[in-house]
Parts: sequence; structure tokens; C-alpha cells
Amino acid sequence: MTPVTGRTEQPLAGLEIEDLRVTFDGFAAVDGVGLRVGPGDLRFLIGPNGAGKTTLVDAVSGLAPATGSVRFGGRELLGRPVHRIVRLGIGRTFQTATVFENLSVLQNLDIAAGSRRRPHTLLRQRRGVPEEVEQALETIKLTAHRDRAAGSLAHGQKQWLEIGMLLVQNVRLLLLDEPVAGMSHEEREATGQLLRTVGEDRTVVVIEHDMDFMRSFATSVTVLHAGRVLSEGTVAEVRADPRVQEVYLGHAVGEEA
Amino acid sequence: MTAYLLKRRTTLAGYALAAPLLFAVAPAAMSDFRLEQLARYLCFAIVAVGISLAWGRGGMLVLGQGLFFGLGGYAMAMHMKLADAGAGNLPDFMLLYGSTDELPWWWEPFRSPAVALAAVVLLPMALAAAIGYAVFRRRVRGAYFAILSQALAAAFAILLIGQQATTGGTNGLTNFGGFFGFSLHDPVNRRMVYFIIAGTLLALMLLTRQLFLSRYGELLVAVRDSEERVRFLGYDPALVKLGAYTLSAGMAGLAGALFVPAVGIISPALVGIVPSIQFVIGAAIGGRASVAGAVLGAVAVAWAQTTLSEEFPAGWTYFQGGLFVVVVAFLPGGLASLWHLATRRRRSRAGETGRVVAAA
Repeated sequence: MTPVTGRTEQPLAGLEIEDLRVTFDGFAAVDGVGLRVGPGDLRFLIGPNGAGKTTLVDAVSGLAPATGSVRFGGRELLGRPVHRIVRLGIGRTFQTATVFENLSVLQNLDIAAGSRRRPHTLLRQRRGVPEEVEQALETIKLTAHRDRAAGSLAHGQKQWLEIGMLLVQNVRLLLLDEPVAGMSHEEREATGQLLRTVGEDRTVVVIEHDMDFMRSFATSVTVLHAGRVLSEGTVAEVRADPRVQEVYLGHAVGEEA
Repeated sequence: MTAYLLKRRTTLAGYALAAPLLFAVAPAAMSDFRLEQLARYLCFAIVAVGISLAWGRGGMLVLGQGLFFGLGGYAMAMHMKLADAGAGNLPDFMLLYGSTDELPWWWEPFRSPAVALAAVVLLPMALAAAIGYAVFRRRVRGAYFAILSQALAAAFAILLIGQQATTGGTNGLTNFGGFFGFSLHDPVNRRMVYFIIAGTLLALMLLTRQLFLSRYGELLVAVRDSEERVRFLGYDPALVKLGAYTLSAGMAGLAGALFVPAVGIISPALVGIVPSIQFVIGAAIGGRASVAGAVLGAVAVAWAQTTLSEEFPAGWTYFQGGLFVVVVAFLPGGLASLWHLATRRRRSRAGETGRVVAAA
């Protein structure tokens, strides 16, 4: 694939989480998680339902109030409002693709690219397609669909559009919540390739349930269980960990290990 | 792209048609009395332009535009009262009620025409910015926002009624002699007021249309559809909404200010809950998401109200309510969406013919 991953003026940065806790009404959804994702890593976050994966991402992106410390590129994220965290280069997607259904693919990407624009430029009409939007369209393979309403896209295409929106935002850390859920086999393959491409010059964290998908594309894996880190390492290391096998007994990893 | 150009051409054609209608045909064909009624409807249409921006595009159901309409109206009326009374004199109604022999301090600035002109737009905008900042920051939206804005309009009307000595109370401010030095008893000057209103309406429609087409317009739709998502793109949705809300308040204020010389009165009955709802009904029936739809809807509803309520004073309210329910339930885009449905159908039929020809 041609190097079409967009502009990256800033160097790679890593995510460092220390003693992260998120509590809902006395229930600790995330219970003292410590986690380091190295610069440029493609990290998969797995674990049974209720392990605290999504809550962890919520805390990092500013959606759930948390204690502890989350640093990206040396900067503390906790305590900042959502849109300020985004401006530090952290972008996320949600389990259900949330694109602006009434706007075209192009408009979706253009809006995503625009948060750094000065207010007065917002009053002008869009003329032409910005460079980074063109590149992102290419990367997510939606160039042919750019004038379609985002609501009319197929499920997989919506997820790619969401990833494209993160690319034009020029994020340095992508947090993806189950990007291949509900996708066909071909779509999964394409998404995995897409993750590899965008991961070349960015740090990526993926929450995933699909073990085949994880085995094919993860560079490293963290297993969460009951709000804590159960195991961490390469795919092979994690699969060999007896505690992981116990948690996943009868599930994909245990079965095939 | 061609669809875009086509749309652009249709819109320009619409304006090319509307301008001579408003500026030449209507003044020539209508009696002074009817023209003054039309001026009144056009004031409501200006409010509707703001509603199409805040509600149609921004998703904020502004059920209390009467508040801003009233602020603009009272600011203008206070200036006109002071100008009529002349330097150093009290407005006539204050003498009549006799409860005060000194001009209240907050009336004083409105003696200056420049201050009054600035205030009719800036007062509503400043108040909307303050309300919006507090409300949108706390992520109040949907029905809660609608109820809140309606409560504010009600409170404003009640406040005006309670302060009879300084605001004219239920009677409001009326009996104006002049408008910036021009006598309102002269039909030519009244006609001029009509032209000012029509020109303001067209200018604001063009401005709002430009906003719809701008990146800000796209962003506003994005905020309406998924505020949370916009936040995750690094924008502050509160500020995006604040802009549209404040602008719509400014337009309502300007409409209120122009209403006063055109109709000759501003009173609590024109700024409370009922008129606030009527502003929204007009925009909803015409089509809140399109400027032209909202404007035509506002004019049509105001015209129907005058005409039908003369004939069926009791039935009109039910008819209006019924129409509102039918449109909201079956045609959420208002009557303007019928036009879009028709063009789409025509285009798809043309597409079929094209395919048949290609096959043959």
C-alpha cells in the first residue's frame, strides 16, 4: 500500500496508565489498572464481558470520571474535558459507529479535520477537498462514495469512515472499541489491513472480542479481568498464560491452545 | 455537483422572483391597510428565519423567541416614546398613570437613536449568549431547553405587566407619532417602513442561507444529530450551539423593533407564551430546515390567522393546532419537504426513462 496515512508532524508517543480506578456507585469497574502502551504499538485489549475494557477507554478519553494517572506523551489527561483531550491527539470510536448520517462522507471528514480551524474560516463555504481529507478517503477506500450520505453506507464502511475521521484529526493515539463487530470476513480482513497502515506512524489500542482477528493483527495484547490486568505480552505469551486460559476456558483461546 | 448547481440556480431564481414581488407588485397591488398587514407578517417571517437556524439546523426548539422579540420591540418603542415626548419630557403614559415624575434611569440611554438601534439587536443577543452559555454548558437540551426558554418568555411578560408605571403594563407602549424624525401619520413614511422590513427580511434570508452552506452550517447539523460525537472531534458543541442561538435571538429582536413602527404597538400579549408558540408553528408548517420554507410558513400562518379568525373566531385555534399536529406527525420537514419529494420523484422518473433509452 502507498504511504497514504496522512500528516504526522509530531513524533510517536506512548500511553502510560497508572493505578487507574473508575467507580460507579461503589462498584469498581476499573480497579487499579496499570498499563503501558509503547509508541507505535498496535495493542489489543481483550477480556470477558464486564472486564472494564470500554470503561478504561472511557476514562482515557474523558468520558468517565476516574482517579489515578493517564499520561500520553508525558501529558496528564485525567481532569481535562473531552474536547481538550481530543486536541492533545487522542481519538476514539464507539461500539456502534457514530457518523453524521445526514451529512455526506466528505462532509463528515471535513468536519473532523476542522477542529483546529480558526472560527472565521468556518463561515466560509467549503471549496475543494483538503489534502488530508483526500488522503484519508484513499486510505479508508471510500473515495468513490464521498458524496453519499453517511447514513446510507454499509456497516463496515461506517466504521472505516469513523477511523478516517480520526486520521484527518491527525490523532496520535487511536482508541477503537470493537471495530470489527458485526463485520463480514472480507470486511474484517480489510479493517485489519487498515489498522496496520494507520498503525505505522500512530499508537493504536483496539478493544476486541474476536480472537482470530486479534491473532492476525495484534503486536501486543493486554488481558483485563474484573477491572484488573490479568496478563500482558505478545499473542503467544498471553495464549500460554494459564490464568488467561482459565478465564477463557471453553472460549476461543482455551479451545485452540 | 450538477444537483448542487441546479439547487443554487433554483434558489437564486426564488430570490429574483421574491424581490420584485415584495418591492414592486405588493406595494402597487395592495391597499395601505393590506400592505401594513403584510409588513406585520414579514416581521414574523424575520423571527422564522432565526428559528430555522436555531431549530431547523441546530435542533434547539426555541419556544421562547417572544422574549427576544419583546426586548427588541420595547427597546425601539422606548426610543420612539422618548422622541415623541421631546427633550426633558416624560412619555405620555407615565404622565397618565402619574405614579412617577422622573424618568427611570434605564429609560435614559434610549433617548439616543444610536443606542436604541444598537440595543434592539445587541440586548437580545447578549441575553441569549448569557442564557445559552449557562444552559448549553450544563448540557440542557431537548424538551428541557424548550420548556426553559418558554418559561423565560412567560416571566418576561409577567414582569412587564407588573411594572405598569414604567413599562405601560398590559397596555404596552402604543400611540407613536414618529420614527426617527419621520411622521408615522404620513402614508408615504409608513410605506417606507414596509420597504425597510422587506429589505431586512431578504438580507437576513441571504445571510442565513450563506450560513447553512458554510462549514459552520455543516457543523451545526452535526451537533444537532450527534452532539457527543462532535465533542470527540475536538469541538466544544456548547459554543457551536451558542452561535446559532444568539444569532436567532438577534433576528427576533430586530423583528420586534421593526414590528413597532409597522403596527404601532408592543405589549406583553405580543411577547408571551402564545406568540412564542405561534412563531414556531409558522416555521414548522412551512419547513423549519429551509429558510424559504420557514418564511413562507410564517407569512401563511399569520395571514390565515388574520383572515380565518375574522370569519371563524372560535374555530381558528383548533384549525391551527390541528394543522400543527398533522404537519409534525406526517411531514416533519414541513410543506417545504413536499417540494423536495416532488423533485426527487421527477428526477427518479427521468432516470428511469434514461435507462430505458439506453437499453433500447
